[in-house]
Amino acid sequence: MRVLIKALASIALLSAFLVSPAALAEWGYNLPRGVTDISHKVFEMHMLAFWIMCVVALAVFGAMTYSIIKHRKSKGVTPATFHESTAVEIVWTVIPFIILIVLAIPAAYTLIEQEDDSNSELTIKITGYQWKWEYEYPDSGVSFFSTLAEESRQARVIGSDIDVNTVENYLLDVDKPLVIPVDTKVRFLLTANDVIHSWWIPDFAIKKDAIPGFINTMWTKVNETGTYRGQCTELCGRDHGFMPVVVEVVEKSEFNQWLASQIESKESGQQLATTN
Amino acid sequence: MNAALTDTDHHDDHHHGPAPGLLRWVTTTNHKDIGTLYLWFSLIMFFIGGFMALIIRAELFQPGLQVVDPHFFNQMTTMHALIMIFGVVMPAFVGLANWMVPIMIGAPDMALPRMNNWSFWILPFGFSMMLSTLFMDGGGPAGGWTLYPPLSLQGGNGFPFLIFSIHILGISSIMGAINIVATIMNLRAPGMTFMKMPLFVWTWFITAYLLIAVMPVLAGAVTMLLTDKFFGTAFFSAAGGGDPVMFQHIFWFFGHPEVYILILPSFGIVSEIIPTFSRKKLFGYASMVYATSSIALLSFIVWAHHMFTVGMPLSGELFFMFATMLIAVPTGVKVFNWVATMWGGAMTFETPMLFALGFVIMFTIGGFSGVMLALAPVDFQYHDTYFVVAHFHYVLVPGAIFGIVAAVYYWIPKWTGNMYDEKLGKAHFWISTIFVNLLFFPMHFVGLAGMPRRIPDYAVQFADFNAISTIGAFGFGFSQLIFVVVLVKCVKGGKKATDQVWEGAEGLEWTLSSPPPYHSFSDQPVVK
Amino acid sequence: MASSAENHYYVPDGAYWPLLGSVALATTTGGLAGWLNQHALGEPVFYIGLLMLVIMMFGWFGTVIRESESGQYKPWEDKSFRLGMSWFIFSEVMFFAAFFGALFYARVFSVPWILGEGAGANTHTWLWSTFSEIWPTNGPADMGGSDFHMGWWPLPILNTAILLTSGITVTIAHHAVIKNDRKRFIWGLAATVLLGFIFVYFQAVEYQEAYHEGMTLQSGIYGSTFFMLTGFHGFHVTMGAIILLVVLLRAMRGHFTPERHFAFEAAAWYWHFVDVVWLGLFIFVYIL
Ligand code: HEA
Ligand code: HEA
Ligand code: CUA
Ligand SMILES: [Cu+2]
Repeated sequence: MRVLIKALASIALLSAFLVSPAALAEWGYNLPRGVTDISHKVFEMHMLAFWIMCVVALAVFGAMTYSIIKHRKSKGVTPATFHESTAVEIVWTVIPFIILIVLAIPAAYTLIEQEDDSNSELTIKITGYQWKWEYEYPDSGVSFFSTLAEESRQARVIGSDIDVNTVENYLLDVDKPLVIPVDTKVRFLLTANDVIHSWWIPDFAIKKDAIPGFINTMWTKVNETGTYRGQCTELCGRDHGFMPVVVEVVEKSEFNQWLASQIESKESGQQLATTN
Repeated sequence: MNAALTDTDHHDDHHHGPAPGLLRWVTTTNHKDIGTLYLWFSLIMFFIGGFMALIIRAELFQPGLQVVDPHFFNQMTTMHALIMIFGVVMPAFVGLANWMVPIMIGAPDMALPRMNNWSFWILPFGFSMMLSTLFMDGGGPAGGWTLYPPLSLQGGNGFPFLIFSIHILGISSIMGAINIVATIMNLRAPGMTFMKMPLFVWTWFITAYLLIAVMPVLAGAVTMLLTDKFFGTAFFSAAGGGDPVMFQHIFWFFGHPEVYILILPSFGIVSEIIPTFSRKKLFGYASMVYATSSIALLSFIVWAHHMFTVGMPLSGELFFMFATMLIAVPTGVKVFNWVATMWGGAMTFETPMLFALGFVIMFTIGGFSGVMLALAPVDFQYHDTYFVVAHFHYVLVPGAIFGIVAAVYYWIPKWTGNMYDEKLGKAHFWISTIFVNLLFFPMHFVGLAGMPRRIPDYAVQFADFNAISTIGAFGFGFSQLIFVVVLVKCVKGGKKATDQVWEGAEGLEWTLSSPPPYHSFSDQPVVK
Repeated sequence: MASSAENHYYVPDGAYWPLLGSVALATTTGGLAGWLNQHALGEPVFYIGLLMLVIMMFGWFGTVIRESESGQYKPWEDKSFRLGMSWFIFSEVMFFAAFFGALFYARVFSVPWILGEGAGANTHTWLWSTFSEIWPTNGPADMGGSDFHMGWWPLPILNTAILLTSGITVTIAHHAVIKNDRKRFIWGLAATVLLGFIFVYFQAVEYQEAYHEGMTLQSGIYGSTFFMLTGFHGFHVTMGAIILLVVLLRAMRGHFTPERHFAFEAAAWYWHFVDVVWLGLFIFVYIL
């Protein structure tokens, strides 16, 4: 029954868009507005494109519907005989062209900004593995793996008898998240160790493929602290669906503390290894 | 009629009709027989590919794994796509071309009839080989239909069989395309100039060039996969100086024109049907031809829009973004021409027209999401999510498939001599249309909300929309059984069709009897 | 388009050859796949398939030749064959384009990126910082041993001369058949076939030398592109030479007339095609 209601809701969704796109974002049926300047721009690009498509759709489908209603044989009409007009043909070539330019210009600017990873304050290297992520802070030598959280891991098995609805953040939680500071331009270096993976956080509007043997870069500067979740988005084999990305964005001071503790535990870990 | 009647029919004398029994189908060189074979084959494959889609949808009905192992799920995704593209849409188009192109241009048959037989009969062997990989050690291909290395190289024993099946299916497509090109260039009836050709013929003509140009590139790409796996080459391995992304470039150089291969003949079909049922000449014939050609040409320079996230240089991303957006212009010209054809017409809404109208609306919706995907900065959000899955199913299912179904309804009275059951046909349309939207529309939302594609299990917030999609899938799938009933009934009998069949129909195919004689235009008609 | 007097297009009766062709293709490729999987049956099945393919071709072409010689084909049918052959050659061009594309991509993008050029600064710094080879290269992991450059001297330039000459001899044969000069026709053909096989022989010698020096198919991207491009080309030369040989044998039997000699022309077109591909190879693989 709930499904049915949702079905109706989904059909009514276009009209819901008319009410308030922001409200929709909260519903979780649209792109998130996100927490970076870039993600805001991307969201606005998306909504602009969406609205333009709606307008064009209205025009085209409107004309079609009008014609279907008015120009039907059962109304006793006799068919017109026109079958070409250079003037209208030019009009409907030029207008879409203009619309596309309106879309292309802001898109190009946003793209240029997204690709500019200069002046970053922190570098993090991300390596994709089948099926986990490795995060490395090259400046401080800290590195660790991040894999699907234990609870999800148990629940996902066929016949586990665990109701996945009871698992918090099912499939979107890891044992050890990446930690980055807020208000800091962080540059990511992406690569992979076996097959291609892809690292995505919707709220940052960044996604890039991790390609074995090559390094890709991308960057983000997050405005709000919090926990942000995403997933691997390039098919990477059996457990492609089970290698989430979780990023913890914290205050700068907190980040420094965290990093220091990581360095410490790493060193003590090393000592342990050498004394053994 | 032509003066050739003086030439005694020495050839036709000894075969007025088909060979008896099963042999007819195995050895036939007749374009109608081969067309029929292609169409039935395609229908069977549609059910196989659809069955796999239903397995996918069943697993995705609820979060959590219930039905299949993730590895098997990936095999289903991969096989579903390969079968639908190479086994359903392409063969159906070739089947329609076989049936209709010679009749529409007043040709005696296809230009290379024996090769025509070969193009078809490769298919059952090729697909048996492809499907057999599912039963081998390591299972079928599970790296997605795009076969990206290094993942695709992890395949088991099935891997070389998959590669070779793609090779021989490619051979079949190339031969089919060459045949169509040769037929159109060489066998048109006197007076049938290029700019008088029906649009279905035009769109196929251009499609055939696309096929000849890109199927060999796919063959090259998969050959490199094969040698990388078995002979130690390093095309796709950085360690040897190659690049996995290189495969993606070569693949999409094939792949993007391929998606237009999957839609142009449907454009042609719709351009035949809408004028007929609007009782009005097609608006902007010439611009339709130019638009189709522009789409085809542009399709060669947009491929990397599938690869915005691979880390291309900025200049590349900008170029491919702009070029991709440009395709909306000629495609728009086509859509506007269809609407203008209806405008001021005297429309009726028999089943073929319903499917054609459904095509125009739903293909356009798919086109709109295509333009959104083309915006590189936003594609970083859309890429590899269900938003993409929604996009391409809109252009492929209520797009390409609806086009094919429309064509079948439109021409089946000509093929069989019997009218199909109009009531069932209309029911088929309405049920299909409702369910297909229930199936694919929610995918836009889950995609935007963040659900990646190619995953067997998902976070619980995507549950409701996925459940709706699955209901839509089963509804849509089973409503195709109505189609089968209509087809079988129509082949068996029914109200006799007239030669013209449809009141507003124009063109050479309607001058022949329904069904047409085994050899339609042994004597070429003259077109004025 | 046909004039009215030729208004009967020859549509052959049903035939088994295509079906045999399909079975043969499936057997050959299935056998090869099994062989690659190291299945014991793979190799024999592959050869059985190959045999079937050969039988199919003899049977099929034999039928076409018989039909042609008995005058079933008029210019109308002839044109279909011509169109078929030209577009088939175009498809072959596109097949080679894929491999040329791989070569260009590797040279212009992947190798420079691994070296740190353009977008590759990070790739080089973080992953392959000791790599410094430009081209030819077997890649940062030094795959498959040595990577000596296949120079254009002496064999490749000699082979270029051989192929170009064979292009001339085949044209001489063409002019001869049009003038009905049978002797020159046959000699021209024979010379072409001979030059073709000499080319293949030299190519084999070159390969042997390369393998001797340790430059193999496994020698990273250079070895891959070099052997795949020249290998497929060599395979096409071999096929072309065999086709020309069949044409030669037919010519010696008195086939072909000044007006009608499509099989010869098709073979000649094919030959020119492999010629042009070679020029591309010579420039992009050997010289640059
Ligand atoms: C029939 C097949 C078909 C067709 C016709 C199209 C048509 C288009 N496609 Fe699509 N596409 C696919 C099949 C198809 N596609 C498939 C299978 C994939 C996924 C492959 C995979 O990864 O597995 C894909 C993926 C895909 C991507 C990659 C997404 C990603 O992975 O991130 C992109 C990006 O640009 C794209 C764009 C487009 C565009 C711009 C068009 C345009 O041609 C659409 C043009 C049409 C219109 C725009 C509507 C009509 C026009 C008007 C009414 C005029 C006015 C309009 C405007 C001014 C906007 N497609
Ligand atoms: C022309 C191409 C085409 C067509 C027609 C379809 C048709 C359908 N497709 Fe798909 N699809 C693709 C091309 C196509 N698809 C491609 C290219 C991909 C990408 C693959 C990749 O990621 O690599 C894809 C991927 C894809 C996915 C995403 C998988 C993933 O990312 O994990 C899904 C999920 O729902 C899906 C669903 C469907 C459904 C429900 C249909 C329905 O329309 C099918 C209709 C169903 C039937 C026709 C079934 C009929 C059966 C019965 C009635 C039962 C009786 C059974 C028997 C008699 C045996 N397809
Ligand atoms: Cu890693 Cu998908
Ligand atoms: Cu595309």
